[in-house]
Amino acid sequence: MAQTITQKIFARAANRKFVDVGESVWLNVDVLLTHDVCGPPTFDIFKQEFGPEAKVWNPEKVVVLPDHYIFTQNEHAHRNIDLLRQFAGEQSLPNYYDVGTDRYRGVCHVALAEEGFNIPGTVLFGTDSHTCTSGAFGMFGSGIGNTDAAFILGTGKLWEKVPESMKFTFEGNMPEYLTAKDLILQILGDIGTDGATYRAMEFDGEAVYSLSMDERMTLCNMAIEAGGMNGIIAVDAVTEAFVKARTSKPYEVFHSDPDASYHSMYRYNVEKLEPVVAQPHSPDNRATVRSVAGTPITKSYIGSCTGGKLTDFMLAAKILKGRKVAVTTNIVPATVLVASQLSTETYEGQSLRSIFEQAGCSIALPSCAACLGGPADTVGRSVDNDVVVSTTNRNFPGRMGSKFAGVYLASPLTAAASAITGKLTDPRDFL
Amino acid sequence: MESIIQGKAYVLGKNIDTDQIIPAEHLVYSLSNPEEVKMYGKYALSGVPLEQGGLPEGGIPFVPEGSLTSPYSIIIAGPNFGCGSSREHAPFSLKVAGAKAIIAESYARIFYRNCVDGGFVIPYETSQQLNKLILTGDELSIDMKNNTVTNLTQNITWQLRPLGSVVDIVQAGGIFEYARQNDLMTKGQE
Repeated sequence: MAQTITQKIFARAANRKFVDVGESVWLNVDVLLTHDVCGPPTFDIFKQEFGPEAKVWNPEKVVVLPDHYIFTQNEHAHRNIDLLRQFAGEQSLPNYYDVGTDRYRGVCHVALAEEGFNIPGTVLFGTDSHTCTSGAFGMFGSGIGNTDAAFILGTGKLWEKVPESMKFTFEGNMPEYLTAKDLILQILGDIGTDGATYRAMEFDGEAVYSLSMDERMTLCNMAIEAGGMNGIIAVDAVTEAFVKARTSKPYEVFHSDPDASYHSMYRYNVEKLEPVVAQPHSPDNRATVRSVAGTPITKSYIGSCTGGKLTDFMLAAKILKGRKVAVTTNIVPATVLVASQLSTETYEGQSLRSIFEQAGCSIALPSCAACLGGPADTVGRSVDNDVVVSTTNRNFPGRMGSKFAGVYLASPLTAAASAITGKLTDPRDFL
Repeated sequence: MESIIQGKAYVLGKNIDTDQIIPAEHLVYSLSNPEEVKMYGKYALSGVPLEQGGLPEGGIPFVPEGSLTSPYSIIIAGPNFGCGSSREHAPFSLKVAGAKAIIAESYARIFYRNCVDGGFVIPYETSQQLNKLILTGDELSIDMKNNTVTNLTQNITWQLRPLGSVVDIVQAGGIFEYARQNDLMTKGQE
């Protein structure tokens, strides 16, 4: 029987040859990810259900990356970090990345890739909806709640319904003004915020395989914004080079069978697509940047698992070099590694950090920061009636702080171009 | 488990995401400390823009100012309820505020799983736009045996979708109770 790549990964994790769409199966989990917001309540449930002395099923497979509320004075947020540290100590977890030490990494989905935890063919669950980001590595990654995560901590397994798949094929050569963010916002505008609920979103086509791993992660990252269970891109030479440079673990590569069946198939020619934004207050409220150009903004925000990776800052630097921003512009590298790359990576001979500083941007320490608002003292948090252009992933009311603010989701190119003019601006005006 | 859930309706629109159910700034509170847990009741659905809460008129908060719980125990909503983040704090906060069930046209996957596996609130689906027919404050009665909801204020009964394959977990009260009853609390294969 023909299967999609997601079915094949499910079958492997369920010790089966074949799994059928719609059936519920128990999956053996390869990695469980958690962070400072959902880790402490997950550990509470684990202790309550398995006993105060219980040990996690496999300490090597539990990855704890605090990243949400790190650089804040909020005492409850500090307490959550203490609780992570305590649990990691009790359980001797080798993969705990403590705040305030040289092990701190930053945004979990980007750090997972950097640290070699993203391995093709494997099953990752995480207590964060953007766990689907890891699907860029030809693996299954999906978000879950604390109760499900506590169940995995004790047993190493979880029930899941085998999803139907939707296929999105991008053909043509990527124009320099277009990014992965534009591609996923295009899809969201077409299928809506529940267009892929309980389904796998498979990305394919020559334009997708021309993208860097950073950009492929952006594409898969926002599968959840369409309600998708996971986003996935099959492994190619780019994936293999990235993975082999970071882990020596063996892995299995799966591809969808040519005759596998899909819920639906979408085809796009990237040469015909335009830079787009998602207007307030929904990620599917798509408009071309040109059609809303001139809308005044009060802030530009470049950061998060979606838009705070090295590739995102390389794109922003192309536009910001030698220019000045007209509004508050926050540069928030996702991880410590990306932050250091701002100093070591250059565009036309100048470091990214120096390009951003000369442009008048403010550069923050690596964390999730204002992508999800956060405590009142969070860098870049929206206030009052702010109008923000942001490379992040959600713009529901109040997502970045103030319920009265409006957020336009955009590519790093569009966020940079708009920062310079103080109005929504098509990046082609500067390229 | 009770087979009838009765209470007042609180009506919302579509795409109510988890940031509206419990805004991210409140996620710092403990989910086990009894005093801090009350904060989740106080702030339940506090991210919904005021005019969009308590339809059709709007302007009605789910939890009244100064209160820690809600007078409404059944939430009625359009499609894609609970979209957005994975935070289990969302169904948890609805439960703490006093909600027993939700009737929506559809749910986002993670929120739905969290409701069922955590045993917080019962997520019923409806094929009708009940959020256009039920008014905030109407007295409702859900019959879990027959999968119906009766509006006692308007004297109308509607059919709900059966809970399907998750009914056993809902009846057990969550994934842990279900797993204990079915001898599933064992480690998977390495």
